[in-house]
Amino acid sequence: MVEDQPQLARIRDILDEVKDPEIPTISLIDLGVITEIDLKENGHVYVEMTPTFVGCPAMDYMKKSVEEKLNENGFSDFFVNVTLEKAWTTNNITEKGREGLKKHGLAPPPHLEKIVDIDILENVTCPYCNSDDTELQTPFGPTLCRSMHFCHNCKQAFEQFKPL
Amino acid sequence: MDNQAAIELLYKMADDDLIIGHRNSEWTGVGPILEEDISFSSMAQDKIGHSWGLYKILHQLGESEPDLVAFTRNAEQFHNCQMVEFPIGEYDFSLIRHFLFDYADYHRFEMLENSSLTGLAQLARKIKGEIKYHILHARTWMKNLGNSTDEAKERLQRSLDTLYPMALGIFEKSPYEDQLISDGVFGGEEALQTRWLDSIMEVLRLTDLNHTLDSAASPLIGGRMGKHTDHLQPLLDEMSEVVRTDPTAEW
Repeated sequence: MVEDQPQLARIRDILDEVKDPEIPTISLIDLGVITEIDLKENGHVYVEMTPTFVGCPAMDYMKKSVEEKLNENGFSDFFVNVTLEKAWTTNNITEKGREGLKKHGLAPPPHLEKIVDIDILENVTCPYCNSDDTELQTPFGPTLCRSMHFCHNCKQAFEQFKPL
Repeated sequence: MDNQAAIELLYKMADDDLIIGHRNSEWTGVGPILEEDISFSSMAQDKIGHSWGLYKILHQLGESEPDLVAFTRNAEQFHNCQMVEFPIGEYDFSLIRHFLFDYADYHRFEMLENSSLTGLAQLARKIKGEIKYHILHARTWMKNLGNSTDEAKERLQRSLDTLYPMALGIFEKSPYEDQLISDGVFGGEEALQTRWLDSIMEVLRLTDLNHTLDSAASPLIGGRMGKHTDHLQPLLDEMSEVVRTDPTAEW
């Protein structure tokens, strides 16, 4: 139970400054990689994180960035726990986060209901011209979390943050 | 619950993923087209990530650190099925291996989603979402190439005939089979093989390849018990070159 709501809000704001190492237009909170921020009664800060993909090589880096950010802001009593307990899905990405992905030229993933049907990878909306006349080129991309597509309307290749 | 049964299961899964991950990574830079280069490299990275996740659970059960386990054992201490250790060969060989292995991998994690081993169930739920892209990839190329030129079909057929008995080795039973089932850890190799066969048959029916798999094929077993081909040790030597040169190196 958190008593000090302003302090908790402050910690949220501080951590909102930590961005994805490869997509600087989205914070780790909006990406949904930070799944919990808690302030215990004795001032202990608890942060829970979960990887986008199990083999994501950026996870350690992201964890360190969170720890450094807390240190910089004068917090010394904290614990950053990386766990799969609340496994990440693309539904964890916030609206603000989806806008951030678009700003970086990445198509945001579709919202998913329960079971992921992989057909939704076809006809992804192009982040440049909003056309649906697009084609999946490969479900894999430059990082584990992206797929590659081609837009027949604006004739551009683009990437999507693929649904998980 | 006796951990020995779960440990045996986790080792064979982790070793499968580690070894096929390294083999798939050998396509980096030499894939037949850029997209395939990227696909095999991404799948390799996923697989090695999955093995890491599994080795971490093993570590929680009292085994050594993931890096030590991955890079300091000799071939006879590995429990991967022999199929995954073969060199990548031509692209058709690697594609068929990926197709046969990944459907098994997908169904294995699907069966583990409700494992009584909580950590494994959590990991399985996460990993299953990732492997669906691996099977999508395999299925796409099986359909594309399996309905294309005579050369493509002939190559795929030859590799399928070679690899099918090897793939049956995935399901080599462990001495703990009954215990794993009764403890609710894992539904067993036999159940897995049934699911797998249904899936690969469904894909093969979408192609011009021969749909009749040799029911009398004798499975290439031994891998689960530490018996390997001559291909494994050189691969392990290569994988562990850095750590053997400088055990304290970070990479």
